[in-house]
Amino acid sequence: MNPPVDGVPPGISIRQLCLTLGQQQLFSQLDLEIAGGAFTALLGASGVGKSSLMRVIAGLTPPTSGQISGSDGLPLTGRIAWMGQQDLLYPWLTVQQNVCLASRLKGEKADHDWAQHLLERVGLSKYARARPATLSGGMRQRAALARTLYTRQPIVLMDEPFSALDALTRTQIQTLAAEVLVGHTVLLITHDAAEACRLSHHLLVIGVAGIEACTPLQGQPPRAPDDIHVIQSHSALLKQLCRIVR
Amino acid sequence: MRNHFAGLRRGATLFTGLITLWWLATLTTIPAFLLPSPAAVAAALWQNADYLSHHTLITLTEILSGMALGVVLGGALALGMTFSPWLQRWMMPLVITSQAIPVFALAPLLVLWFGFGIGAKVAMAVLVIFFPVTSSFFDGLRRVTPGYLDLARTMGASRASQLRHVRLLAALPALGSGLRMAAAVAPIGAIIGEWVGSAEGLGFVMLNANARMQSDLCFAALFILVLMTLGLWLTIDFLLRRLISWAPETI
Repeated sequence: MNPPVDGVPPGISIRQLCLTLGQQQLFSQLDLEIAGGAFTALLGASGVGKSSLMRVIAGLTPPTSGQISGSDGLPLTGRIAWMGQQDLLYPWLTVQQNVCLASRLKGEKADHDWAQHLLERVGLSKYARARPATLSGGMRQRAALARTLYTRQPIVLMDEPFSALDALTRTQIQTLAAEVLVGHTVLLITHDAAEACRLSHHLLVIGVAGIEACTPLQGQPPRAPDDIHVIQSHSALLKQLCRIVR
Repeated sequence: MRNHFAGLRRGATLFTGLITLWWLATLTTIPAFLLPSPAAVAAALWQNADYLSHHTLITLTEILSGMALGVVLGGALALGMTFSPWLQRWMMPLVITSQAIPVFALAPLLVLWFGFGIGAKVAMAVLVIFFPVTSSFFDGLRRVTPGYLDLARTMGASRASQLRHVRLLAALPALGSGLRMAAAVAPIGAIIGEWVGSAEGLGFVMLNANARMQSDLCFAALFILVLMTLGLWLTIDFLLRRLISWAPETI
């Protein structure tokens, strides 16, 4: 699959971000650079604000203060594709119509060839006319992946998209996601340290005192689950996460 | 398809059973002017076919116009309340109050205002169905899965587009329950209106026949009314099932 834009897509640049939801201050004065054209995984304990951070980046929640832009200095609006914890396929549309959702919402003509190509890519070309309710959990997430790619956005935000799947399906769709998302700027939130180590170029951990650096990962994703680097970084990462939670 | 036939068979069995019970009851010493036999009612239906069909048409018109108007008004108010918290704060108490007043008590007033004609009956039907339609549709519009809307927003959908492509469709099953309820109760509104003051319609036929001790004719009118309500409900149910075939039915 071709990169969505010529050259390297922009990264995400977060400056002096403060986020307070209700009584709880999740982030204060957070500075963060997410590399363009690479797969970055963001980990952290439950409730630390991972999903909230992603919602802020996606423009769904306004930040209390601070600035979020592309690394090129331009706003992120209109350059982001978002994939959530649930597949969020609309049950009243067919799989193909769901993939073309962005065109439908903007009242534009759908690019059926592109949608068909994407459905083939995720292995669902036979199910273009099916309703989402008739698909299995893994197939639904693959359809959601095709819908995410349909918009050709350079930046893809993924919020634990594979957490509800069984281990085998998850491994397969992780590999697929890593392959089809090459050339995009991807920010993946996950609880799964192994998933982070298999898929990402960069690892970030939200700790008590802000974002912590992690041991750099070796080799190119998607790494095999039994890759020695994956196993090593997996144990290092788990240790780091345990220390934070304690 | 098998389900369809099973349902039809069950309905037929139930119907025959009830008629048999009724028929057995008329074999006792109960006088015919209190409880006419099924045969007498069938005869009344046959002999007064023209008379009854004329009045049936009137009542049906009232019910259908009341349904249409009530659904349009209720739907519009639900949409308005979705978009304007101000409208919601001011209109919701009014909607609930409209239910707190017994419609029966309003009927004489409506006849006074709208006259003996069809207007008062349509207004009654509208009043009866307004609440179920408004509240169920509004509930549906309010309870759209937040993720559906988040996704639409990340794709740059305008508010109008979110309404048209997400909220409206996601609210259809809830609106469906309101419409089914409306189909079942709209005839009540029309009949009450006719009882209070009218010169036409099945409610008028029933009152008139009662006053003349023609209980067989009264039963015949009642029978038509039941068939009409059932027909209306089944039609709405059928259309909704076709329209919302994607909504999961777990029972």
